[in-house]
Amino acid sequence: MTTKTGTQPPLLYPPYGSSIHRAPAQALIRLPQNFSDFAAPVYGFRDVGGVDADLTRQHPGEPLGERIIVSGHVRDEDGRPVRNTLVEIWQANAAGRYAHAVDTHPAPLDPNFTGAGRTITDEEGRYQFVTIKPGAYPWRNHSNAWRPQHIHFSLFGTSFISRLVTQMYFPGDPLFEFDPIFQSIRDARARERMIARFDLSLTQPEWALGYRFDIVLRGSHSTPFEERT
Amino acid sequence: MSSPGDEHIATSSQTVGPYFSFGLTTNAALGQLTPAGTPGGRLRLIVRILDGQAAPVPDAMIELWHPDHAGRSLFGRLGTDTTGTCVFEIPPLVSSRESGDAAHLNLCLFMRGLLRHLYTRVYVPGDAAGNDVAVHDAILARVPQYRRQTLMATPVPDSPGTWRFDVRLQGEHETVFFDL
Repeated sequence: MTTKTGTQPPLLYPPYGSSIHRAPAQALIRLPQNFSDFAAPVYGFRDVGGVDADLTRQHPGEPLGERIIVSGHVRDEDGRPVRNTLVEIWQANAAGRYAHAVDTHPAPLDPNFTGAGRTITDEEGRYQFVTIKPGAYPWRNHSNAWRPQHIHFSLFGTSFISRLVTQMYFPGDPLFEFDPIFQSIRDARARERMIARFDLSLTQPEWALGYRFDIVLRGSHSTPFEERT
Repeated sequence: MSSPGDEHIATSSQTVGPYFSFGLTTNAALGQLTPAGTPGGRLRLIVRILDGQAAPVPDAMIELWHPDHAGRSLFGRLGTDTTGTCVFEIPPLVSSRESGDAAHLNLCLFMRGLLRHLYTRVYVPGDAAGNDVAVHDAILARVPQYRRQTLMATPVPDSPGTWRFDVRLQGEHETVFFDL
């Protein structure tokens, strides 16, 4: 099963071993458009506070690593800003270790870094996080497999169809060509759009490097994944 | 690194991976789609995820979306446990005689191994009002008869108000998934 344009990943992608026993074998069944564009939940707003968007201030001390600012616009496919929508991120620490019991990579945990953040887009669809640049880490997909440095993103947008989970990568990562998750996107330009841009205007002197990562969510006028031309 | 002309193409999906729980599923209250004390009572829905080898999936995230009468969506989100299971409390579901829409919940499934999330529907046969309009449901009508059973929750014996829904990712009884 593949997408025609290759801007979205197939479900079965054998180089990514975990997809082999988890991707459905049968074809998806198409839904009529009006059955899939109901409103997104009003979820997460009351809980979001100041340190939720600053992952470097969630503990008594400062985390180790390269401090970065990650900011961008969330828009729909018509170019309109997606306002007041929840953006959730999670990531490894600077050493490439997740604060997760299942992660057994022998790199140190950082007592001053959890790696989870959330914020709400503003009236122009903008979001901004302060965090630490995550490290690359090994995994067992194939021999000597390493994930490129990345930050996971989860967004709701305005409707059921705009739900998105993706990953943001960093420019010039030497691991791109070996990573089946990144390479599962056949379209080269679509892969590049998952890579944040270094932005000197976002960079704060003496303090943090700035990376810009703009996100486009599917709108209610979208065509289904399987049929994009 | 986007170029002019690319900016309105939807961002590519990537897997949620194995390590989302400390970011996405820390709030156990999201197992309840309706607050305690809501009139009409609540049902329990036990969701279990099985992979292509019939092994439980212990690292999946399940979201339930249910548009209410005000046009907003009730929302639930849980991670599966070591038995591939999580338990939601849901409102009584009602079929619509007008639209023919049979009582159901919308289910999104995220996990390591899924490069993009899956969408399916959980039908609870015989709704809270005693109707069963599944025969008129426009979505079920798109599903071949022999696969419809994969979308039906089943009552748990000796446990009133409790339903079970198994998601089978592959195999003879593979659950029907939809393309949005």
